[in-house]
Amino acid sequence: MNGHRPEYNYAYLDEQTKRMIRRALLKAVAIPGFQVPFASREVPLPRGWGTGGIQVTAAIIGPSDVLKVIDQGADDTTNAVSIRSFFHRVADVETTTDTEAATIIQTRHRIPETPLKHGQIMVYQVPIPEPLRFLEPRETETRQMHALNEYGLMYVKLYEDIAKYGRIAKSYDYPVLVNGRYLVAPSPTPSFDNPKLHQSAALHLYGAGREKRIYAIPPHTDVESLDFDDYPFQPQRFDSPCALCGATDSYLDQIVVDDNGGKLYACSDTDHCRRNHRLEHPDEDEA
Amino acid sequence: MTTDRPLLRARGLSHRFGNRWGCRGVDIDVWPGEVVAVVGESGSGKSTLLNALSRRVRGGGGDVEYQLVSGQVIDLPTMPEGELRRLWRSEWGFVHQNAADGLRMHVTAGGNVGEPLMANGWRNYGQIRDVSTQWLERVEIPADRIDDVPTAFSGGMRQRLQIARNLVVSPRIVFMDEPTSGLDVSVQARLLDLIRSLVSELGLAVIVVTHDLAVARLISHRTVVMRHGEVIESGLTDRVLDDPGAPYTQLLVSSVLRG
Repeated sequence: MNGHRPEYNYAYLDEQTKRMIRRALLKAVAIPGFQVPFASREVPLPRGWGTGGIQVTAAIIGPSDVLKVIDQGADDTTNAVSIRSFFHRVADVETTTDTEAATIIQTRHRIPETPLKHGQIMVYQVPIPEPLRFLEPRETETRQMHALNEYGLMYVKLYEDIAKYGRIAKSYDYPVLVNGRYLVAPSPTPSFDNPKLHQSAALHLYGAGREKRIYAIPPHTDVESLDFDDYPFQPQRFDSPCALCGATDSYLDQIVVDDNGGKLYACSDTDHCRRNHRLEHPDEDEA
Repeated sequence: MTTDRPLLRARGLSHRFGNRWGCRGVDIDVWPGEVVAVVGESGSGKSTLLNALSRRVRGGGGDVEYQLVSGQVIDLPTMPEGELRRLWRSEWGFVHQNAADGLRMHVTAGGNVGEPLMANGWRNYGQIRDVSTQWLERVEIPADRIDDVPTAFSGGMRQRLQIARNLVVSPRIVFMDEPTSGLDVSVQARLLDLIRSLVSELGLAVIVVTHDLAVARLISHRTVVMRHGEVIESGLTDRVLDDPGAPYTQLLVSSVLRG
């Protein structure tokens, strides 16, 4: 290659497309939790790998933004690294792994442990935007249910869980009611992250590329995880602290360490873990 | 509640499929606490009439009025979808011929009975479960089958489960489409017994569609005979079946096999 690179529009998508997505985003923010249809485009990534998130990010990003991309909390997995370098190249933005420094955080299924601030935007890559999909396969019917605020069916799912397992067993994509009105699938984030959505200072944008839907949870919005009076919502908990940084307040991943079934539990949020580690061992260099 | 007017009143109710009439110019009243049987041969428009009355099919002609529990009389054809669905959840029931149409086959019996409660805003698991258990017992399903799915139930049990699911919210009117067809005779008899006792206990109004005159005889107060989409005779069940006026009704009654 002799240095020749194909020319793309700023942030890859053409301006008409970005305008269309921004219109959908404005509507989504105006009606918290409502799924807005949009004309999903092809992006250099297979559908189901985060095309919705990439399109939302492309529509809102500008040269002054600082982008962080995480994949299950980690900054250093293939998908996160690729998406970060993609936007670095096509949108000429600074990228970071530091949650506090980022203005836009594109994520697949985690919300950072570091509390989000006013002005930050979370962009989620959503596989199935419809929380009622596996209970009611007809799209016409689920739209009707959203329109008429008929969410009894979602409780049937929770009832079945309690009847079968003695507790609400759903541990990710745990359904929430946004602003007291719309039932929303918070994308497959662990239920551990649900409380972070309630009255969050940041703007949360959800993009489902394959399903062609955009929805949003604006800052300072009530987000209630569904439950029964006598079986209240309980986010997932962990018995042991992170094996690397000792944190007791974070979501842990299981890591297999040898061929004999050995495993350890460590923070899924790598930025959080590194930060904790540095606090504990200020004299050490970063590994 | 005033009882000087019917719960449900239809005038000139018609529905057509293309250029064929499903039902045509039907006048029918259903009073509180009364069981009305709609009988007739296959294809006579019984089910279409039931669906048009309950607004499961739309777009036909005629007036249908319903008196709400508040006493207010409403016009069903002009009712908004949301209001109609609220009626469905709180005041009406519909028992299908095939239980699989009226049940969620992969949700447990308890979940099936509890769903209408949850749809009406019940949010206490213990209470939902208690009421489900009571209802299962009332329809003679052993309480220890509460966590089994209907696919594991016999035909008669499924039908009883469907009835429990419909009655759990104490509806005021229940539409039944051939509730006992497809069951064997002994199960039919027990189910009819059950329906009859529940109906009188709860003071329900019921419209039951059946091709089986014995069903009409056993559970209904009044009978409406249909043919080619029109009502050809109606009256007290005993009168219609013992002393049929219309030639077609005479034919229908005389064609019943007697043992």
